[in-house]
Amino acid sequence: MTKSIQVFDPAMCCSSGVCGTEVDQQLVSFSADADWAKKNGAQIERFNLAQQPMDFANNKIVRDFLERSGQDALPLILVEGEFALAGRYPNRNELARWAGIASVIEAQPASSCCSGGKCC
Amino acid sequence: MQFLDQPPRFLFFTGKGGVGKTSIACATAIQLAANGKRVLLVSTDPASNVGQVFGISIGNTVTAVPTVLNLSALEIDPQAAAQVYRDRIVGPVRGILPDDVVRGIEEQLSGACTTEIAAFDEFTSLLIDSPLTAEYDHIVFDTAPTGHTIRLLQLPGAWSGFLEEGKGDASCLGPLAGLEKQREQYKAAVDALADDKRTRLILVARAQQSTLREVARTHEELAGIGLKQQYLVINGILPKIEAETDVLAAAIYKREQAALNGIPEVLKSLPQDQVALKAFDLVGLDALRQLLIDTPYQARGTNDAPVELDKPSLVQLVDSIAVEGHGLVMTMGKGGVGKTTIAAAVAVELAHRGLAVHLTTSDPAAHLSDTLKGTLDNLTVSRIDPHEETERYRQHVLETKGATLDAHGRALLEEDLRSPCTEEIAVFQAFSRIIREAGKKFVVMDTAPTGHTLLLLDATGAYHREVARQMDKANLHFTTPMMQLQDPKQTKILIVTLAEKTPVLEAANLQEDLRRAGIEPWAWVVNNSVAATTTNSALLHQRALNELVEIDTVAKRYSKRYAVVPMLKDEPVGVKRLLELAGH
Repeated sequence: MTKSIQVFDPAMCCSSGVCGTEVDQQLVSFSADADWAKKNGAQIERFNLAQQPMDFANNKIVRDFLERSGQDALPLILVEGEFALAGRYPNRNELARWAGIASVIEAQPASSCCSGGKCC
Repeated sequence: MQFLDQPPRFLFFTGKGGVGKTSIACATAIQLAANGKRVLLVSTDPASNVGQVFGISIGNTVTAVPTVLNLSALEIDPQAAAQVYRDRIVGPVRGILPDDVVRGIEEQLSGACTTEIAAFDEFTSLLIDSPLTAEYDHIVFDTAPTGHTIRLLQLPGAWSGFLEEGKGDASCLGPLAGLEKQREQYKAAVDALADDKRTRLILVARAQQSTLREVARTHEELAGIGLKQQYLVINGILPKIEAETDVLAAAIYKREQAALNGIPEVLKSLPQDQVALKAFDLVGLDALRQLLIDTPYQARGTNDAPVELDKPSLVQLVDSIAVEGHGLVMTMGKGGVGKTTIAAAVAVELAHRGLAVHLTTSDPAAHLSDTLKGTLDNLTVSRIDPHEETERYRQHVLETKGATLDAHGRALLEEDLRSPCTEEIAVFQAFSRIIREAGKKFVVMDTAPTGHTLLLLDATGAYHREVARQMDKANLHFTTPMMQLQDPKQTKILIVTLAEKTPVLEAANLQEDLRRAGIEPWAWVVNNSVAATTTNSALLHQRALNELVEIDTVAKRYSKRYAVVPMLKDEPVGVKRLLELAGH
């Protein structure tokens, strides 16, 4: 049984991130990793603060986190509803561990991109 | 008027602020109603004077116009529509999430895209068959959605997993997340727009080269997405008879006729109507009935009140700018108000005083900046091509982010990259490299980012962090670009406008937007003023009197510091004429 991973992204007007000054490599890489993990059976959901604020408000852990650390501390990652990581996006190994994906073949450099959506 | 010939059900008037869309839309509605048709007039004019025109208050419900049989009207306030939309998303989390988080979300939803899409949402119900629309033979809009919005709505990928699943990755369509209507309704609305049996698009322009060029772009963009039935109306043309009595009028006449003769090729095939400049304000039924009728100008009444204008010139503003010895000067304003000309005049005036100046423009025609090269010792001139910069940025993003997207995702990303924000960001990035020079000399540029963009850039922190990192490495005390822009000692923003109602209102909106970002525009420049000239033309005299009201509004309501720049007989190109423009 695979575990659910929830990613709470900071607010962005365009989920594609083209509104930023620079395309953020972190986001690009994470989107590719998230895509990879999903293909391997992981359950990953992402929430954009600007578009789905209710999902932030309805979750006590997320709400308290925002209260305590502010939005600059995002992203926040919950695994099975519990705090797992904040302030940066997870790498492929971390995703594999959480999702229980058995063998991580040597960490390939994340090639690219934002197919999974609200990456910004 | 050809555009009134066998009109279809929907008529859209489009063009930049101040060209007279609303007046022409009103006149059209009156004429159609006079022909016995049942007409609904829809206005989104921020200055909305439709109610005033008919002497009633209208607002956002369909209201019958008592003085015109068969005519009803409706005013949509796009800003208010956007606010309603923001409240719908933000309302439920207010008081639950921290205040600064809520403010952050609101800022994300305060861009031009949100306003545009929220207004389109309001239109939607008027473009589909319903008991409401069944009551009208014609619906006349004084605006039209942009190509960007229509294309986004046409993209099949935009909808997948978005409205259907309630969430998804629809990028620039993000603002639609909170909209209520169903995909079928948006689709029906877009279909109606692209159906030439039902929809006619009327491009409204003035007889000015830059305006006509802009209209040509709009024409091609909208034709490209299927809005084939387009007409062109050129409004406010100075009648020949005026040119016989006055030097300035003669010069304007000549310039306008040259612009008409040199009309962009793509516009030549469109049915074209010309509407003469009128001296009277387009308020009241009589005035509007006359607008589309070709009557020669007749002096009405005895309005030969003298035009008394004793206003500061650009030279006086430059006096205060020069004091600092260096700094950044940015001109800002809607297209066509003369940002580039004013920036050039300020730069030339500063350089003329022996100060070192770098003028950098996005001047599309390049002739202004080109003619200045090498003319003054202290003046460096450079030019940034917005098109090239945007294209470079677009390619970069597509190559990095777009590499592994599927066809739908890629189409969406490409469309996002055609949004107006993209160009603004790409151009501002290019300018940013030059901004650093402002510590030692004057840097004058003909563009400034909107407050919304600055706030977003600041909020994402990417910019901030990047600058901080670089400066830290070099062990320098740093200020971020945002801090530099907020400091009036370092940066002076000049808001450029024309002495006409809609342009002044649009400028005021820009000012509000900058204030949200903690930036106080330093001064306003009223450009191209007839009131600042002397004229024997009765018609121009009347225009000058009308201008005084607007100049007064600028002085009293919007800015303590301002200058009025006269309309010149000759195009302000070259050092001599730019100095003249500044008030020498």
